[in-house]
Amino acid sequence: MSESDTVEVAASTPEAQQPYKELGLTEDEYQKIRDLLGRRPTAAELALYSVMWSEHCSYKSSKVHLRNLAPTAEQSGHLLAGIGANAGVVDIGQGYAVTFKIESHNHPSFVEPHQGAATGIGGIVRDILAMGARPIAVMDAIRFGPADAHDTARVLPGVVSGISFYGNCLGLPNIGGELAFDPCYAGNPLVNALCVGLMRHDDLKAAVATGTGNKVVLFGSRTGPDGVGGASVLASATFGDDGGKSAKRPSVQVGDPFMEKLLVECCLELYAADLIEGIQDLGAAGVACATTELAAGGDGGMSVDMDAIALRDPNLTPAEILMSESQERMMAVVRPDNVDAFMDVCRKWDVEAVVIGEVTDDGTLTMTWRGGTVVKIPPQTAADGPVYQRPLARPAGLDGLRAAGPEGLARPSAGPALRDTLLRLLGSPGLADKRWVTQQYDSRVRGNTVLAMPDDGGLVRIDEETGLGIALATDGNGRYCSLDPYQGTQLALAEAYRNVAMTGAVPVAVTNCLNFGSPEDPGVMWQLAEAVRGLADGCKTLGIPVTGGNVSLYNQTGTTAIHPTPVIGVLGVHSDVRRRLGAGLAGSDAQLVLLGTTRPEFGGSAWAEVAHQHLGGLPPAVDLGLEQRLAALVAAAADNGVLASAHDLSDGGLGIALAEACLHGGQGCSITLAGDSFTALFSESSGRALVSVAPGREADFVALARQHNVPATVIGVTGGSSLDVEGAFSVPLTELREVWSATLPAIFG
Amino acid sequence: MRYAGAEPVRLWHADRDLAGVDAVILPGGFSYGDYLRCGAIARFSPVMGELVPAARAGLPVLGICNGFQILCEAHLLPGALTRNADLRFIHADVRLTITGTRTPWTASFTDGQQLIVPVKNGEGAYVAAAGTLDELERSGQVIVRYADGAPNGSARDIAGIRNSEGNVVGLMPHPEHAIDPLTGPSADGLGFFASAVAAFAGAGAGA
Repeated sequence: MSESDTVEVAASTPEAQQPYKELGLTEDEYQKIRDLLGRRPTAAELALYSVMWSEHCSYKSSKVHLRNLAPTAEQSGHLLAGIGANAGVVDIGQGYAVTFKIESHNHPSFVEPHQGAATGIGGIVRDILAMGARPIAVMDAIRFGPADAHDTARVLPGVVSGISFYGNCLGLPNIGGELAFDPCYAGNPLVNALCVGLMRHDDLKAAVATGTGNKVVLFGSRTGPDGVGGASVLASATFGDDGGKSAKRPSVQVGDPFMEKLLVECCLELYAADLIEGIQDLGAAGVACATTELAAGGDGGMSVDMDAIALRDPNLTPAEILMSESQERMMAVVRPDNVDAFMDVCRKWDVEAVVIGEVTDDGTLTMTWRGGTVVKIPPQTAADGPVYQRPLARPAGLDGLRAAGPEGLARPSAGPALRDTLLRLLGSPGLADKRWVTQQYDSRVRGNTVLAMPDDGGLVRIDEETGLGIALATDGNGRYCSLDPYQGTQLALAEAYRNVAMTGAVPVAVTNCLNFGSPEDPGVMWQLAEAVRGLADGCKTLGIPVTGGNVSLYNQTGTTAIHPTPVIGVLGVHSDVRRRLGAGLAGSDAQLVLLGTTRPEFGGSAWAEVAHQHLGGLPPAVDLGLEQRLAALVAAAADNGVLASAHDLSDGGLGIALAEACLHGGQGCSITLAGDSFTALFSESSGRALVSVAPGREADFVALARQHNVPATVIGVTGGSSLDVEGAFSVPLTELREVWSATLPAIFG
Repeated sequence: MRYAGAEPVRLWHADRDLAGVDAVILPGGFSYGDYLRCGAIARFSPVMGELVPAARAGLPVLGICNGFQILCEAHLLPGALTRNADLRFIHADVRLTITGTRTPWTASFTDGQQLIVPVKNGEGAYVAAAGTLDELERSGQVIVRYADGAPNGSARDIAGIRNSEGNVVGLMPHPEHAIDPLTGPSADGLGFFASAVAAFAGAGAGA
């Protein structure tokens, strides 16, 4: 479209052909835009609607299901802001509040792993910043194809270096996350990044443009041609069989973490000086999204002078300026009498800032460029977007998959075979030592990290005097979810909840990143609906709210979707981090106790995958009541100093939990198993944990477990330099460590 | 410094002012994003215009990680820090051996004392000409070494050095992350800061 495609030109040339399909809009959507405006859109307006109505920005396919999550917020007394705001804000006591959110950057990370993952961190950090909070930690939940697949050698090191490069430079500790491998992610890696921020109660900022005459300021990096159409074309469509390598490369943004650091400090100083009326981060859909959302959230009008926008490339068209996803930019609404002070703060931090417009009361978003009006729309129409009730249907192959359970698979029973199975699981890429990845992350910067990987949850001190802290964990299990998305999602929720509880914290809030295939596939939509229903029901039962999240669709290559992979983040409050529990065995002669009940549950298990490449049957049962009692028990025991360590049981069951507890603590143990040893070692029954009791406090712990109605079985004692399973096998810690730590370096160098 | 009993004062990079402090720590971080070369831009910060002559006149200065890189770029210390041997950022708790206590930053340690302190760097491989390395060794200017081999490819396992006068020290590991077992692997790093505080006290008493 030519440079002169103004509103007047559009009105007088209704028949002009427009590239709506190339921008990802359907014919119906294009017609709807024409109906809303009473004319064809200008090139700039078409660009604006195309990104705002993209799946990525509008949640048009998932919205009808996400509504089910809203009621979880009503039950919480902890919530200061919930879904709809950039991220939920949770009261953690003592005048502090935290805000946290997890977001996907899957498609960019496949196309350009380093920059895709780096800007995933940058984007979620700005989300948190826009709430008025100081970002204090990040996490990453990442999933790849088979560890030894050719393309994983390209994608994984790039993703990890991108997260490392951006997060480390920004000075944010990376305190945990996940690393998983499965063939289903070979053409669609998942890169989900979480950020948590801290504020005082009254620091909450709103993404609204209120006050007619207030100035709209764009600040941070200049706007360039990077990431044009990232939201509409890249994140909201399926990769073709060429793996997305042809047309989509230029759509990935490039990150500048030092500029982001300046922007963070600049914003925090602007907040402290009370110089901002409203603020919005620029992420997907850039200026288009920031202006429409600020205008739609406020008094309903804004005028923007696009010539004022500082550009890296003077040849950008209005459409490109609106769609650019150049990183490290923010937009603020500032009272005219505060503009000079605002600019002074920006100058101090070497952040470029330009007044690009002002708030109006005419209900219209108007943008001018080189003397003509190129955008004139009611902002609400762009911000709201379409809502689709997509058809959904239980996938055809599901019943067959669930009928083909793991019951018939050959199982080890003799000691040496059990030993081999344990070592095989321990050395499998998904369960092996993740230090090849986590050593590239700075988990300690800012000086408040109390626990980080490989502990169950990350734990950050908030207040040095009182010991107040927050714990965080993310979990997801695509294998369970492919067998039963409802139950699988609850299992992920339960595991994240349990992981947070293991530190001694009390879980208080949930965020989620829903990674699914194409919403145009009814089977995928059914999975999405079931997962959301499972999450909503689970959170209701646990009494904790979903405070926000993100949906990533079109995660598929050709017609093959990834496993449905909701990744659930849980936030907990720790009353005193000095009484935290780690996962590693902390000393010798401590009683080892298994909490919970073990049933023969192997559907979707790590054993079925590693030993038989099998996926079928039903995932483990969920008992959220037990999860609550278990969490309360561990919190009470941590408070009373009754426990020396706590580690949750998940993938690989008790066998893997024992090995990890030994390796993290550098301490052996000796245990006796009751019943079938294979089931005892490798079942993945949920609601279980392995704890070691502070010597001398055994009776207290028994009483506490009984009081909380949590089954507790003494299985052994810590000490020695090997993992001994009475009557079955013994493995020296040196051998465990060798097997555990050799895998990823052998693959990735 | 607060843990060691001193009052920390923030110095702003753009100010030509050391605010009358008793000592300066250039902390770790990513000044200017490590763009161009670590520390290569920060060495031109206005505050460095004050710091360099003050350091030459005897002000105790400790550079940690990026601070060490800046001190090398500013030629207050010899040599340079380059990309880690495996070209990846590394964060790990490492064992260090103190090999020089004649600095205000290491005086409270004993020669041969071992510490557990984290390293966190992408460009932590210390390099210098062979003659410079020989001279550093000969004059006792290598004050901290990696006890179990350098995790980053540092020449001769060097983790920290001092200038010939001893008042300027550069360290690649992060002692500030080893001041409390709650948030670090040990409290071994506190000795660097306690040494300096003891040195001010001594200087104050003598004045």
